[in-house]
Amino acid sequence: MLEDLILTVLMTSVPLVYAATGELIVERSGVLNLGVEGMMLMGAVSAFGIAMVSGSLVLGVIAGGLAGMLTAALFGILVLGFATNQVATGLALTIFGAGLSGLLGAPLIGHAIEGLPVLRIPFLSELPTVGKLVFSHDLMAYGAVILVAAVAYFLKRTRAGLVLRAIGDNHDSAHALGYSVLGVRFMAVLFGGLMAGFGGAYLPLMLTPHWAEGMTAGRGWIALALVVFASWMPWRVLVGALIFGGITIMQLAGQARGWTIPSQFLSMLPYLATIVVLVLISRNREFSLANSPACLGRAFHAGK
Amino acid sequence: MISLTPRKEIPLTLTLMTPLVAIALTLVVGAAIFGILGYDPLAALYQFFIAPVSRPYQVADLFVKACPLIIIASGLVFAYRANVWNIGAEGQLILGAMAAGFVALTWPNLPGPVMMPAMIIAGMLGGLAWGMIPALLKTRFNTNEILVSLMLTYVAVLFIDWTVRGPWRDPMSFGFPLTPMYADAALISRVELPGIGRLGQLHWGVAGALIFALAAWFMLSRSILGFQVKVMGDAPRAGRFAGFSPAMVTIMVMGISGGAAGLAGMVEVSANIGQLQPDISFGYGFTAIIVAFLARLNPLAVIIAGLVVALAELGGDSAQIALAMPKVVTGVFKGILLFMLLAGETFNRYHVTFSLPHRARMQGDSDA
Repeated sequence: MLEDLILTVLMTSVPLVYAATGELIVERSGVLNLGVEGMMLMGAVSAFGIAMVSGSLVLGVIAGGLAGMLTAALFGILVLGFATNQVATGLALTIFGAGLSGLLGAPLIGHAIEGLPVLRIPFLSELPTVGKLVFSHDLMAYGAVILVAAVAYFLKRTRAGLVLRAIGDNHDSAHALGYSVLGVRFMAVLFGGLMAGFGGAYLPLMLTPHWAEGMTAGRGWIALALVVFASWMPWRVLVGALIFGGITIMQLAGQARGWTIPSQFLSMLPYLATIVVLVLISRNREFSLANSPACLGRAFHAGK
Repeated sequence: MISLTPRKEIPLTLTLMTPLVAIALTLVVGAAIFGILGYDPLAALYQFFIAPVSRPYQVADLFVKACPLIIIASGLVFAYRANVWNIGAEGQLILGAMAAGFVALTWPNLPGPVMMPAMIIAGMLGGLAWGMIPALLKTRFNTNEILVSLMLTYVAVLFIDWTVRGPWRDPMSFGFPLTPMYADAALISRVELPGIGRLGQLHWGVAGALIFALAAWFMLSRSILGFQVKVMGDAPRAGRFAGFSPAMVTIMVMGISGGAAGLAGMVEVSANIGQLQPDISFGYGFTAIIVAFLARLNPLAVIIAGLVVALAELGGDSAQIALAMPKVVTGVFKGILLFMLLAGETFNRYHVTFSLPHRARMQGDSDA
């Protein structure tokens, strides 16, 4: 029972890890993309549709990622090419993504598919407790951990990661040094879209085997909050996502056990927890802003 | 590559043309998307933008639909002008409706002249209180108002759901999640013209919305507060040197936009529904964001922008019925419209030129 509970917590946090890690890279390059929710929805509907038509979950996941990336490209062209307001453009992306995914997904409602094959590691997965908890997840769950490790390595240890951070911290200096500010930022935005698309794909393929309008239910926004919670450090995203996964599952478990608290209040928990966490992190300015990209949300154009 | 050169001055014609061009392009792109998805594009556009206003009384209904949008957007203009991003108007609307509903349901026997003002004040206070949470957390703890106001919207949706299923449910509602009907004094009446009669669903709240937008325009353009808001948005450093407090401005604009959203919630329930239920808003709080931008953050233009966006909302209903499109399709139009408006803003402020990337310079960089 407890093993199953922990397993569900881990699964619930996977989409958050993908979306938040993608957004972390975007923000580290100095761009604030508030359209995560829209990109996740586009990823979810495309993944479900392609997986259903092709019968291949792998193709579904790829389609989800590409759909998220295409949606992000739209954002990138506007925000980087036309120097539009990032907050408003991100909101537009969420509204657009929610609408288009609903339109595309209308014929998919009521269908169901099975989840990704679980990657069983021989011997290890048969160990009691540890085998179930550590070695018997789906491929995407392992991918999430590898992703965080790779992003952490990229930011901290590679030259390209250094350039990305430099552009996020001072785009004028980076430009003067000859780096293509807009080029790097566009790549970062595309990466963010790809990851949000993967995160979205996880929802209808793994968590609930069907598509529903607006099925992300604010996960894209929680992913944005996670980036703040993580104070722009990749490994902390993992910790934050597990906490949120735990809170989400706690309310379901509570309902199942017949807690007397009305279900609406239990459902509020992830949102209230987000606010509490934001307050706790933000009140300590030195901690929260130490790694915050200095140019976050500021438009750049070379002719300035 | 796209290169931008700031314009020295912005011609007035350009300022006026931008929203019109944005709307025209939205129609073209929207039609193309419908075509790709296998709908007849012309039929879709007809259902969206002509069918909802093809009869005279429907024009009156357009004003009814625009009413909450105009009220909310008039308030949001203050926040966005000051660079404070309140995107939780939907939640503030719900709390406003609940506060007004509390008055109507607790004291159903209040006489009309007391009831209406009490409900209006309660509605505004409800929205204001909900807006104060992100405002105070921002000024006190430096939290991000975008995320907090949005999270509070989810909380508000769940809160009203619990209230109308739990403590406020009408015992006579046969298990439906509804409160008792409001007393007549708590309802906003329909407009009735002598000799003509009723004009569709047109109610007096619409007149209130127009007055509210005018008042907002006056406050923004003629008052010290409006001046502070604009300075803090355009040049925060100059504002600080002038002694304006950023925290105070944040609190004021969140209060105004929250109060406006709360008022919209009160009007919507009292004029159209007559009791509280789980769904009292159809995303008006989010749609009003687009209205505010379409109006280029000018409360007078909010009236026209509100009508334009309301047309797309009604069009969504008619397309749903006539072409079996899902309701969310309006979101596609709204999203594209906002994209076009934001890009239009760039054409307004910059000379935009398109060119091929400079290959030579790139190579020089990598050699270095």
